[in-house]
Amino acid sequence: MAKPVLLVTRRLPPAIEERASRDYQARLNPDDAPRTGADILRLAQGADAVLCCPAEKLDGATIGALPPTVKVLGTFSVGYDHIDLAAARTRGLPVVNTPDVLSVATAECAMLLILSAARRAGEGERLVRSGKWTGWAPTQLMGTLVSGKRLGIFGMGRIGRELARMARAFGMEVHYRDVARLPADLEHDAIWHDDDDGFLAACDVLSLNAPGGEGTRKWLNAERIAKLPRGAVVANAARGTLVDDAALIDALREGQVGFAGLDVYDGEPKLNAGYLDLQNVVLLPHLGSAATETRDAMGNIVLDGIDAVLDGREPANLVR
Amino acid sequence: MKPRLIVSRQIPAAVAERIRAEFDCPYPDGRDMTADEVIRLLDETRADALLLTSHLRFNADVIARVPDHVRIAATCSVGYEHIDVAAAKVRGLPVTNTPDVLTECTADLTFLLILAACRRAHEYEAIMRAGWRRGYGLGEMLGTRVWGKRLGILGLGRIGQAVAQRARGFGMKVLYCNPRRLPPDQEHGAEYVADLRAMLPACDVLSLHAPLGPNTASVMNADTFALLPKGAVFVNAARGGLVDEDALLAALTSGHLFAAGLDVFRAEPEFDRRFADLPNVFLTPHMGSATVETRNAMGMRALDNIAAVLAGRPPINPLWT
Repeated sequence: MAKPVLLVTRRLPPAIEERASRDYQARLNPDDAPRTGADILRLAQGADAVLCCPAEKLDGATIGALPPTVKVLGTFSVGYDHIDLAAARTRGLPVVNTPDVLSVATAECAMLLILSAARRAGEGERLVRSGKWTGWAPTQLMGTLVSGKRLGIFGMGRIGRELARMARAFGMEVHYRDVARLPADLEHDAIWHDDDDGFLAACDVLSLNAPGGEGTRKWLNAERIAKLPRGAVVANAARGTLVDDAALIDALREGQVGFAGLDVYDGEPKLNAGYLDLQNVVLLPHLGSAATETRDAMGNIVLDGIDAVLDGREPANLVR
Repeated sequence: MKPRLIVSRQIPAAVAERIRAEFDCPYPDGRDMTADEVIRLLDETRADALLLTSHLRFNADVIARVPDHVRIAATCSVGYEHIDVAAAKVRGLPVTNTPDVLTECTADLTFLLILAACRRAHEYEAIMRAGWRRGYGLGEMLGTRVWGKRLGILGLGRIGQAVAQRARGFGMKVLYCNPRRLPPDQEHGAEYVADLRAMLPACDVLSLHAPLGPNTASVMNADTFALLPKGAVFVNAARGGLVDEDALLAALTSGHLFAAGLDVFRAEPEFDRRFADLPNVFLTPHMGSATVETRNAMGMRALDNIAAVLAGRPPINPLWT
């Protein structure tokens, strides 16, 4: 029997492309060219499955026009705000993603952002590389101590909980804000807040770990920023849309927010140019899950899900 | 009458405030002074005490010129390579430092270096500052995950222990090499390996926390770097002299090491510029204790030592006894 046909929209890590080519007639993208909805529709002709990435927008029109041969849509991401799930449901198209496996890498990225922002590591790095370092001084590049501070996590999903575990090892007191309180075995000693005001007031460090989408759009706005303790540290390794960039930039200039570390941006790879003029921000190019071990694990789990659907089994990573 | 104090280097505001309240000091915020200025001001003000930092080479010559009315010299640092302790002892001048108060702060920075080196933070930041133009492919610009890796710690003192504690939050297996095995309550789950050469092949990440001395000078050299597994990550927030930098540069350039995070260098601030040309290093300017909280605590501890001696009590952190 011929192998099923899998359209892969972007270049994937070598180990994953190898597996895809072993098990499928894989239509790969060796040049890693960006794909539009029209490209995907064209390339998906006759395909049994499509493996897409967050860079592509699978809107209602695209999903509705997918050829009838396509039985499953996989996304190489944990987030699925680029996919119109309602349209997929109407079309009867199961969607599989990559939950769990990137939690630790993304939580690591959040911790890196927290530490490097609070400790002014970007400034330190630039000072050393510039050749202008004149030596140790008691008041040079003094940042904020992270150890022992209160960390507020907005969105206590898998990534948030991994971050909480890391933060506890730094002696931090963990607070969190989410729609519902976690069961005790997941909460550990983290302190739940059912309102924004109390939560924000407890955030010496605020880490955004919530999903994107309309419900959280510009959640961190001027009004909420004003409720943080003065000089707070803000980290975002989740979604750029969670932040009102103009408000955060104002707060960073004015000192209400002392330091920020960002891996994601509203409208990326474009970002508000105001960030680039600031010294008290650490900026990374959306590489929160960019660890070899993690990307391989993501590829394997999404292929597991596609395999399962095509075999008529229920995938463990079905988006509901 | 308040005791008279000279401060030889700029210090944090909260420390200056206490100096204003408790001491008679011509420059309570500190001022960056040469040794000659320090001696002159000590003389002119008939100072009782000197607060200094590593900026001032407090060698035998300078110590010999310190007037007799100065009853203590307190350095606002944990390191005291800049002080000739033997000369101070001969002269009968109590000298003190500020240990303990920077443990957590330095352990935080160490972990920052581990994360930044593993996750290619220098390259990522440079991409952003140059103007990010495109998203990266799923197999591109990948770092290495910290979580679940094996961390080797050379020197499980206070800072090493605090690093071991942090590593547990990342599911790391921790090994340590130390002149002696510690009691279990100080091991934080770390496994003791008596021989450094036996530990190195099992270290995905190696972090140095040993003091610099005859037994540890250049302890990381071409031989010992070669014992690390290929792709290992190396971090040093302790002392530059622990490392043969030519060997480190070679290991970073050849790809034997994946990356390094360095806060200290053999020569500071005139560090080896070849490091600045490498993409796979994260470099910070000796800022292990650089937080407002810690620098305040260090300044306060230095003042506590001064206050103790001037009140006729023994110093809290004497460098000689």
